[in-house]
Amino acid sequence: MINRILTGGALVLLAGVLAGCGPGNKPVDQGTPNKVLNITVGTEPEDIDPHVVTGVPEHHIIVALTEGLVAEDPVDLHPVPGTAETWEVSEDGTVYTFHLRGNAKWTNGDPVTADDFVQSFKRILTPALASKYSYMLFVMKGAEDYSLGKLKDFSQVGARAIDERTLEITLNSPTPYFLSLLNHYTWFPVHIATIEKHGGMVKRGSGWTKPENFVSNGAFKLKSWKLGRKIVVEKNPDYWDAATTKLDEIHFYPIELETTQENAFRGGQLHNIYSLHIDKIATYKKEHPDELRIKPHLASYFYRFNTTRKPCDDVRVRKALAMSLDRYSITENVTKGEQMPALFFTPPGVAGYTARARIEENVEKARQLLAEAGYPDGKGFPSLELLYNTTEGHRIIAEAIQQMWKKNLNINITLQNQEWKVYLDRQREMDYQVSRAGWTGDYPDPNTFLDMWTSWSQQNQTGWARDDYDALIRKAAVTQDQEARLELFQQAEEILMDELPILPIYIYTRVYALNPAVKNWHANVLDHHPWKHLDLEVKADE
Amino acid sequence: MSDIPTTKPSAIDPVEKGESLWVGAWYRLRKNKMALAGGVFILLLAGLSFMGPFFLEGDYYTNTVLEDKLTAPGAEYTLGTDHLGRDQLGRIIKGGQISLLVGLVATFVSLTIGIGYGTISGYFGGKIDSVMMRLVDILYSLPFVIFVILLMVFAKDLGDSIDEWFRARGSEFSISGQWNMLLLFVAIGAVEWLTMARIVRGQVMSLRRQEFIEACISLGLPTRRILFRHMVPNILGPVIVYTTLTIPAVMLLEAFLSFLGLGVQPPTPSWGLLIKDGADRMREAWWMLVFPGALFAITLFSFNFVGDGLRDALDPKTSKD
Amino acid sequence: MLKFILRRILETIPVLLCVAAMTFFMCRLAPGGPFDEDKQVTAEVRELLNKQFNLDQPLHKQFIQYITHLPTLQSFKYPNRTVGEIISQKFPVSAKLGFFAMCIALGLGISFGVIASLRPNTYIDYIPSSLAMIGICLPTFVMGPLLMLVFSLQLGWFPATGWGGFDGDLFFSSDMVLPSVTLGFFYAAYISRLTRGGMLDILTQDYIRTAKAKGASGLRVILKHSLRGGLLPVISFMGPAVAGLIAGSFVIETIFAIPGLGQDFVKSAFNRDYTLVLGVVMFYATLIILLNLIVDILQVTLNPKLKFD
Repeated sequence: MINRILTGGALVLLAGVLAGCGPGNKPVDQGTPNKVLNITVGTEPEDIDPHVVTGVPEHHIIVALTEGLVAEDPVDLHPVPGTAETWEVSEDGTVYTFHLRGNAKWTNGDPVTADDFVQSFKRILTPALASKYSYMLFVMKGAEDYSLGKLKDFSQVGARAIDERTLEITLNSPTPYFLSLLNHYTWFPVHIATIEKHGGMVKRGSGWTKPENFVSNGAFKLKSWKLGRKIVVEKNPDYWDAATTKLDEIHFYPIELETTQENAFRGGQLHNIYSLHIDKIATYKKEHPDELRIKPHLASYFYRFNTTRKPCDDVRVRKALAMSLDRYSITENVTKGEQMPALFFTPPGVAGYTARARIEENVEKARQLLAEAGYPDGKGFPSLELLYNTTEGHRIIAEAIQQMWKKNLNINITLQNQEWKVYLDRQREMDYQVSRAGWTGDYPDPNTFLDMWTSWSQQNQTGWARDDYDALIRKAAVTQDQEARLELFQQAEEILMDELPILPIYIYTRVYALNPAVKNWHANVLDHHPWKHLDLEVKADE
Repeated sequence: MSDIPTTKPSAIDPVEKGESLWVGAWYRLRKNKMALAGGVFILLLAGLSFMGPFFLEGDYYTNTVLEDKLTAPGAEYTLGTDHLGRDQLGRIIKGGQISLLVGLVATFVSLTIGIGYGTISGYFGGKIDSVMMRLVDILYSLPFVIFVILLMVFAKDLGDSIDEWFRARGSEFSISGQWNMLLLFVAIGAVEWLTMARIVRGQVMSLRRQEFIEACISLGLPTRRILFRHMVPNILGPVIVYTTLTIPAVMLLEAFLSFLGLGVQPPTPSWGLLIKDGADRMREAWWMLVFPGALFAITLFSFNFVGDGLRDALDPKTSKD
Repeated sequence: MLKFILRRILETIPVLLCVAAMTFFMCRLAPGGPFDEDKQVTAEVRELLNKQFNLDQPLHKQFIQYITHLPTLQSFKYPNRTVGEIISQKFPVSAKLGFFAMCIALGLGISFGVIASLRPNTYIDYIPSSLAMIGICLPTFVMGPLLMLVFSLQLGWFPATGWGGFDGDLFFSSDMVLPSVTLGFFYAAYISRLTRGGMLDILTQDYIRTAKAKGASGLRVILKHSLRGGLLPVISFMGPAVAGLIAGSFVIETIFAIPGLGQDFVKSAFNRDYTLVLGVVMFYATLIILLNLIVDILQVTLNPKLKFD
């Protein structure tokens, strides 16, 4: 009897094999001519509600489904008309008036109104929703107070629906990057009626984002969402710019492991590899140069110093540690992704800002500084622990730096890797001495990087604060003249690089692979690729 | 070595010397070529891993030479280098040390707890056995990953406190360097003892019914004596067998933890870590996978064959032909 | 037998309660919470988040709420799904993977084990035993990619990743082969050894000699007389084996991008997704206990020497 079961099972499996076998079944081969894009953006999104998520994979899917007041130009991301057709800015730069287009519709036929936006802003700022990203709206008058519960009447907040299609937004101060800020999903509208029907405005995960309930206003609409398998979106024919949308469907696959992504890509199941393993770069350069993409990214890789604990409370020690590194060797031999060695913090490439400040890589001076701090030739240097979250990449960088400090300064540090949540916890509680960190810019302006080190920023976590630094950042927030503003940032960065509460190491690049059939994919430092412009082209000789 | 009773006829028939279980077992084991080969391999490996480093330079497994990264095996590096330019030969030797150590110590931990627990549970039976086995069921169902995370977190604090205690007394001794390794032993041992306890319990329960134990009891021997002098030696057979099979299971578990990032911490290598690094770079640096992988596989093979051989040898029935 | 089953079920309830309590408290002890992430938020926001998910209530109250409402609890990491939804959608995938893996393991393991037991300590023993042992001598995260490299990427016989075809709705598909084989290999090794051991035990017994003396052919001897008893150790192994399959599938599911529950079993711990951890642990605990019960019943049925006691 057992034998019969086994034989049965084997035959069934064989049948399955034969059923599925055969050439030409590959998703990419079928997808490309049918305008079906198979893509992975990393992990499974937590949700597609723009008011409760904070991640990058979520961003990619949300921007396919939802559109804000403005949209992004596919080549250089500058703001172009989205749901808003035109807009005006007041003289002092604090009042923006948007005119929504008449044919902007939700997927259920409702028109997109100015009040939709007002209610959406209200939702993300409502304290009870506890949105983690609500601070993106704090440039708007009264937004911060409302989110803290200090202001109870939302009509006092700077968002007003003058009529069905006119929206007026009042800011605290002229914010030159405001229009770019609007491209962040926290400013996107949500369909209020649907949300209220399914659990109310402040209920997280109420199910309104499920495919059978979801209503949105973007170039694509949600077709299906199979947990752990894929999210499928299809072209929205009622979208006002549907004529531009070339793809029929996009299938988003949640695949975390880089090696699995690569195997799927090579196996013809994906049009891209989201993150290519660094040790494969050399091979791809040789064998698949048309698929490989290495592009600068608006993100910084650095270490935080806990300036309230020995030995990093002494600026000379911090400088010695910073100056004794060979960053080029790290990016060339360890990370190997053509990253830019960072002798400053803010990545270049946005708003015309390139930092003047520089860290000098000078081993002799570093040793001198260390001696001045009381540890000549590393003698008597207290124990120093480098904290990082458990990832292959961070480990090898930490090991390389550990070796550099040993060789150049003759000090021994210990490495401590902690699992992700534990690492976050320790950093927040400031229970560390040196900690690995990374930061991706939220919007294309130096402020997103430099305001981290103010005394009021939650992201600081170093215990460092300087009044003059705070003052510069505050002033920059209210300066309208872009040149003057950038000059203030330069000064702030100089203080930062002089005091070094952080140790910049390199500026990220995005290393990924893309099937050449994908067209209109333009690389930019934010790594945003507006889906409605993408196209799939069958190669001529196929 | 063994007194093999001969069947040579003689004028006065000598009293036939019975062979003890161990003696006969050794004889049968010797006949099993694969088991012998396995055993020899393991001894050689242990020798190389633990003695070898004396002939090598101190940093033989941590010497990062970034410019030499990912070089194929050749004149300069016998087994190639890894992604940080470290000599694979040194890494594999050290990895062998660590993996074997983890295997042996964790198995020992699980043995000690498992034998004690299983013997008591199986011997006393009834309600005690019920409760003890249900406890095992509970521990079996708990999520291992959270347990390891917790262990690593709390033990770190404990390790720091221990270090401070030593420093306060003016000693340079630091436990935190090796702390992670100790934790690994504890974590893995804490999982493996469950199955060991089950096995021992099963054995003890079937032994319990045998007449010689009944005899002990009716003779009024104290329980402790029965347990340690009569029970335990008789279950040693299957226990030894299972131990040699637990060691490879432990090594695989360590590899799994390395996959998750919870295993041995760098720069200390273990075979699990080396194999994971190699698997990621299968196509780019085959030597990073092939050498540690082959060594790992052969070692596990050997343990398994020795275990099988021991089981065959210790089971009197299989010698019936 | 009915009494036995009833008694086991009664014993199970306190066990499950203990598992739930220990899991719950272990989760809470671990540093870091479900909402911690790179972008730090103010203490006020964190408080409000905790409030939305009832994390501010006293622990024992939360615990009671968890065990009474487990399937309807929202997952912390994926709030728009309940624990029940996630398990009911993903478990069938893991179950199928486990089933196919077990078929392969049994098929390979039993055949190799039987062959090996025929002539112990000869090449007929060594070769099948060695082949079967490949499964436990390489970790699955090596075996899987190796098989994928050869059979999928180089030879193109099977898809590299996925489960159930392009839309995931095929009952059988070629992407199920490699994952099942990788997982099955692992258990084939244990099963082959257990079969060999069990068969050796039986084959040397007197009643087999009697059958042979009576003139029964070799094959008949094996199949009719020995297999039943020889497979006893295999059956008692099935309980822990299936449990192991479930947890061990994490690696396979990650490597082959299979939307199964094994991934959640591990990731929910890393995510501090308290509700999902509890849900998955309780689900598996119940499953394991059920399986052990079935295995125990089977053992008694097949082995006349054992009795329900």
